[in-house]
Amino acid sequence: MTAPLPISLHVNGERVEAQVLPRLNLADFLREHLKLTGTHVGCEHGVCGACTVRVDGEIVRSCLTLAVQTQGSCVETIEGLSDSGEITDLQNAFRERNALQCGFCTPGMLIAAQDLLKHEKEPDRAQIREHLSGNYCRCTGYQAIIDAVEETAGMRRERKP
Amino acid sequence: MKASAFSYVRATSVGNAIELLVAHGERARVLAGGQSLMPAMNLRLLAPEWIVDIGRLSELRGISVSGGLVTIGALTRHADVLNSPELAAHAPLLRQATAHIAHPAIRNRGTIGGSLAHADPASEMPACMVALDATIVARGPAGERRIPATEFFCGICQTALSASELLVAIELPAAARNSSHFFGEFARRQGDYAIVGLAALAVVENDRLNDLRAVFFGVSDRPQPAKAAASLVKKAVTPASLSRALEALGEELDPPEDQQANGAMRRHLAKLLLVRCASKLLDRPELHAGGRP
Repeated sequence: MTAPLPISLHVNGERVEAQVLPRLNLADFLREHLKLTGTHVGCEHGVCGACTVRVDGEIVRSCLTLAVQTQGSCVETIEGLSDSGEITDLQNAFRERNALQCGFCTPGMLIAAQDLLKHEKEPDRAQIREHLSGNYCRCTGYQAIIDAVEETAGMRRERKP
Repeated sequence: MKASAFSYVRATSVGNAIELLVAHGERARVLAGGQSLMPAMNLRLLAPEWIVDIGRLSELRGISVSGGLVTIGALTRHADVLNSPELAAHAPLLRQATAHIAHPAIRNRGTIGGSLAHADPASEMPACMVALDATIVARGPAGERRIPATEFFCGICQTALSASELLVAIELPAAARNSSHFFGEFARRQGDYAIVGLAALAVVENDRLNDLRAVFFGVSDRPQPAKAAASLVKKAVTPASLSRALEALGEELDPPEDQQANGAMRRHLAKLLLVRCASKLLDRPELHAGGRP
């Protein structure tokens, strides 16, 4: 039974059927099997946040989730959030504020930030810091990332008062 | 790194999970939310032959309060604990402590039962269970048994559970109207495992601590109730009596050294937490201001 197991799930709205080894984590499944390489693999033990994706609408660590555990689930990656236009404003704010340099943490950072913005219309800087506390960035020093998230929250409030 | 190869089976019921554990014994590990187990497997600290996934057993999920008893299903996620109005009302210590468990993405999958069964000595939930005088409900082939939290944790990632038992629920007394609590921890980053932490439950009446259960974590191989806290109970706390309690605490603790802190630093931080605890519970900021350990 260490042999591959069948799984069936939705990834970015598309139905996916695959045979996977039990030991395969969701991050590697997305990257190696589906070639969705926007999900990054950093520490592989849940510390860095680069592998953050959404499963059934909630953010999770894809390095700490087995592919077999996502049977029947809806997985959304940075490719899905980007293509749908859901985070275009947030991405623009990141670019304008220099909230990324090497870009390795950015997909996870964007997904975690969007999760906060969905639940909290007017987050203060402390709330933003806390929500992004599980995502390491080694380039920016975080200030520009906090700026970009704060600015996006403000723009969304203006758009939908 | 990646986890080594294993066989995977998804339990269809609690009974089925126990059958699988009986069949595979020590070669199997239970997968709940996986937020402690998967890192340990990815780091190859653990390499089970079998993974028994109980994640879909909805019967193990949920929070209920009845007759002064709070029951929390083992698969209740940290995110559910944080968002529970029942726990905010009846177990506020638990809710406050849960905000310190890792980060949102991990709290969305990690479970209270998983955290307790994993029994990392630097994690928040075991100490909270001891402070709250909780009972761990375990089910095995011989039926159900209730284990006091004070007897449940036996060492680093060691518990009183046998290889064929499943932690199914936690029971704790609902917070009494006159009870108050303190929770504090020091970590390098918000959400990291604590260097030292303190969970405390108290009864404060007429500016006195009439009861105090102060339980440290990160200072030993299991949650450690501070005997020194007893000297603060049922009498007026003064800077001098607090100072004596801190001295006794320093002698009582023998914290380990690791890459985060040596024993002396942990002892210092533990004293600081006890000062903050007494200061907050008694609402006396001057104890904190003057009470440098």
